Amino acid sequence: MVLSKIGSESDVSVHSTFASRYVRHSLPRSKMGENSMPKDAAYQIINDELMLDGNPRLNLASFVTTWMEPECNKLMMDSINKNYVDMDEYPVTTDLQNRCVNIIANLFNAPLEDGEAGVGVGTVGSSEAIMLAGLAFKRKWQNRRRAEGKPFDKPNIVTGANVQVCWEKFANYFEVELKEVKLREGYYVMDPVKAVELVDENTICVAAILGSTLNGEFEDVKLLNDLLLEKNKLTGWDTSIHVDAASGGFIAPFLYPELEWDFRLPLVKSINVSGHKYGLVYAGIGWIIWRNKEDLPEELIFHINYLGADQPTFTLNFSKGSSQIIAQYYQLIRLGYEGYKNIMENCHENAMVLKEGLESTGRFNIVSKDNGVPLVAFSLKDNLRYNEFEISDMLKRFGWIVPAYTMPPDAQHVTVLRVVIRQDFSRTLAERLVIDINKVIKQLDALPRNSLLIKVELSGEEKPKRTPLEIQKDITDTWKKFVMAKKPKLVC
Amino acid sequence: MVIATTITDSKEELHSTFASRYARTSLPKFVMPEQAISKDAAYQIINDELMLDGNPRLNLASFVTTWMEPECDKLIMASLNKNYVDMDEYPVTTELQNRCVNMIAHLFHAPVQVDETAIGVGTVGSSEAIMLAGLAFKRKWQARRRSEGKPCDKPNIVTGANVQVCWEKFAKYFEVELKEVKLRKDYYIMDPVKAVEMVDENTICVATILGSTLTGEFEDVKLLNELLVKRNKETGWNTPIHVDAASGGFIAPFIYPDLEWDFRLPLVKSINVSGHKYGLVYAGVGWVVWRSQDDLPEDLVFHINYLGSDQPTFTLNFSKGSSQIIAQYYQFIRLGFEGYKNIMETCMSNARVLKEGLEKMGRFEIISKDVGVPLVAFSLKNSSKHTVFEISESLRRYGWIVPAYTMPPDAEEVAVLRAVIREDFSRSLAERLTSDIEKVLKQIEALPPRISTRAAHLISTRDTHLIGSVSDTPVATEELERSVRESQSQVAMECRNAGREKVSGVC
Repeated sequence: MVLSKIGSESDVSVHSTFASRYVRHSLPRSKMGENSMPKDAAYQIINDELMLDGNPRLNLASFVTTWMEPECNKLMMDSINKNYVDMDEYPVTTDLQNRCVNIIANLFNAPLEDGEAGVGVGTVGSSEAIMLAGLAFKRKWQNRRRAEGKPFDKPNIVTGANVQVCWEKFANYFEVELKEVKLREGYYVMDPVKAVELVDENTICVAAILGSTLNGEFEDVKLLNDLLLEKNKLTGWDTSIHVDAASGGFIAPFLYPELEWDFRLPLVKSINVSGHKYGLVYAGIGWIIWRNKEDLPEELIFHINYLGADQPTFTLNFSKGSSQIIAQYYQLIRLGYEGYKNIMENCHENAMVLKEGLESTGRFNIVSKDNGVPLVAFSLKDNLRYNEFEISDMLKRFGWIVPAYTMPPDAQHVTVLRVVIRQDFSRTLAERLVIDINKVIKQLDALPRNSLLIKVELSGEEKPKRTPLEIQKDITDTWKKFVMAKKPKLVC
Repeated sequence: MVIATTITDSKEELHSTFASRYARTSLPKFVMPEQAISKDAAYQIINDELMLDGNPRLNLASFVTTWMEPECDKLIMASLNKNYVDMDEYPVTTELQNRCVNMIAHLFHAPVQVDETAIGVGTVGSSEAIMLAGLAFKRKWQARRRSEGKPCDKPNIVTGANVQVCWEKFAKYFEVELKEVKLRKDYYIMDPVKAVEMVDENTICVATILGSTLTGEFEDVKLLNELLVKRNKETGWNTPIHVDAASGGFIAPFIYPDLEWDFRLPLVKSINVSGHKYGLVYAGVGWVVWRSQDDLPEDLVFHINYLGSDQPTFTLNFSKGSSQIIAQYYQFIRLGFEGYKNIMETCMSNARVLKEGLEKMGRFEIISKDVGVPLVAFSLKNSSKHTVFEISESLRRYGWIVPAYTMPPDAEEVAVLRAVIREDFSRSLAERLTSDIEKVLKQIEALPPRISTRAAHLISTRDTHLIGSVSDTPVATEELERSVRESQSQVAMECRNAGREKVSGVC
């Protein structure tokens, strides 16, 4: 009898992934491995490690879209290998971007004629959009000062202290001074009166936020506009406004169409909005729209010739994917005005449901307003026994990610929890969240009193009697230091 | 009998997409439509219009990856809804980025200890990477000048005229003067000798390219380093080097491991590479790595505390997708060193096949070198009757996108065609391209010369888009325009009259 042997050891490719040697070895972390591995193994290993990431849809910290229709997912996957910047090779994709710009410009009531193209561009997010807008303001201001023969080496920008980190980045990287209007307890947005006071001859623009990251409030852009008009008349400085409508830009036109915050106000020269927030597209797309050509200095634009027609480009990023731009156009035509309106109304409804559920516990103060971005920001009425950071930690065990943070100066003693209501946060989830928060409160109530509090109380004989507010502030500070050591800076 | 009607509209949902009214109405281009439409219709309409875009895989103009394995596509799809910047919520994704940075730093011989973390970050592309690197140089230089009590208001950067447009953007947006070393015929990269001559006390760095966009050549970083070390000794200015290895960074380590171009050279302080070029990932990821902590000024870095350990971040973009970063890590572990080496060797081999095929025709001069990025740049030996622009246009009818462009100053009279060999450009495609170019040459030769060569150059430069470079040639004079118009109408008539062979379009 002859026995023939075919393979020496059984072929590696025959092994089921979890039987193979690839799951026995440590993955390369600092140096590229010498050898290749089969694609199934590579897929499985990475996929498995990623299971330990948070679930994007339960991440209530973020405004950024976490769900899209399968049809749109299909369009995105089909265009994943299209490099957007190849305008010559992908003219339709470029055209889709232009259509989006036009549609958004018209949504913001830009003073355009029928069939006139809007001035704007798609970006990777509001950060890039804001940097481009800021750059345009800076250059315009420099040109004006140069023409007047005045110094232009100390530009500044006026915003509220509630501003998102990308404004600080802009100021740092592009060498513009950031003049922040401080907040105060009970008033967590930029005060237009104070803002206008801070304006001087070196101010390149005043940046107002439609949909503050902290509590979703819309700043009063109309009032800012009126006050600034008056000041401009007095000073002749011609300071203009930029509206950071990252969140609010796709909410206000549908829920509050009479609210005047956009190009209807004459001093508003540019607006940015995140396509990936309430534009309902996955992370990676923002839009910046200018009022008209004059507000975007020509010298900043690079011209690319596209089969005879001129395609101006003004972005920081060059090569990037096309998927999100196509997805944005899909959403705009798929939903239309009524679709967006319905979704925003649902979000608002669900936010109210959550708010009422929280109020009925009797333990929370609601810090967010009803009008604004659909989110609920709330703080504990009494945080001597336990505070908002602990609630946030406990909720993680149920799977929810609900961030807690303290307000910027001058309201640092106020701590809030914030839940953002996105498109995919249904009423059922809202009700479940309320139930889980109730559970968490019960669990925290049952725990022995906070040892830190006892320490503070015992050392009371040597120190003067402290008010509850002071004790509260102490505890918050201590917790804040402890948790900030392991908590990230707030992300929107 | 009671008939209850719930739905008012005639059963729209039943209609096949192309039977529905959606296929009949014009798509909105300026104003948001009032009403919603069904998702199938939205998908179909957009998908259909996109059919008219070029086929990414036949786009030989681009270095950017156009194909990945299905397993990787699956990972990408699954992470589309992860916002990368949420480092607290997605700690594994953040760690994957850190691992990639470490791997790339090691690949570039960064002087990093075994358990030390490398300094670097993932970006959306080399543009962002270059802006960050430039910003770091600018800030360092300003700090040094300030401490010396010298003026710091006129920073400049020295590069070659072959530089990609993002350097021009960096210079313009961050208010740094761009001092370009001009090219010359037959020398299409930055001359290190000339570059060092241009360095002055206001120079924040010298930027050199590993893998020039135009010809794929590697610049001589070692020579630049030596000359600059000497110069620095004389002047005491301490000018550093940045290597723009957007294309070359994932080629040189695998094919030319002995070529010294990276952190092995002491003056190289930062390197950028595009993950989406020969890093073999779809568009949307780049990397920048610094030599050490000192080379990245602390005041530019924003700190995020991640479960006890510090996560420094320094990017222009904030929210962005996580897919490409995960895909990059997939490629690193899937392929490993040997995998990348094999792929790059295959690309070089296919580039050679294409080059030899073109040389055989006897009509072309090969401008690209053998050592460099796998691409073939070629010009016509005789372009008095027909130009490379015509060849480029005609090739489109076969489905190929092969760009034609003129060189930057001072070599503007040279016009080239360039075919980039990517991972997914197999030998059969190389052979097919060669035979199609032969066909095109035959067809063009049968036609009368369209317009004078100079006019063709000028007009085509005005009309043609060059990826990665802005070439603004002076517009033709009035007389030229007139002769152009005359010639064009003449050609149009001849085409109408002559019986032209039908050319098959893209299948």
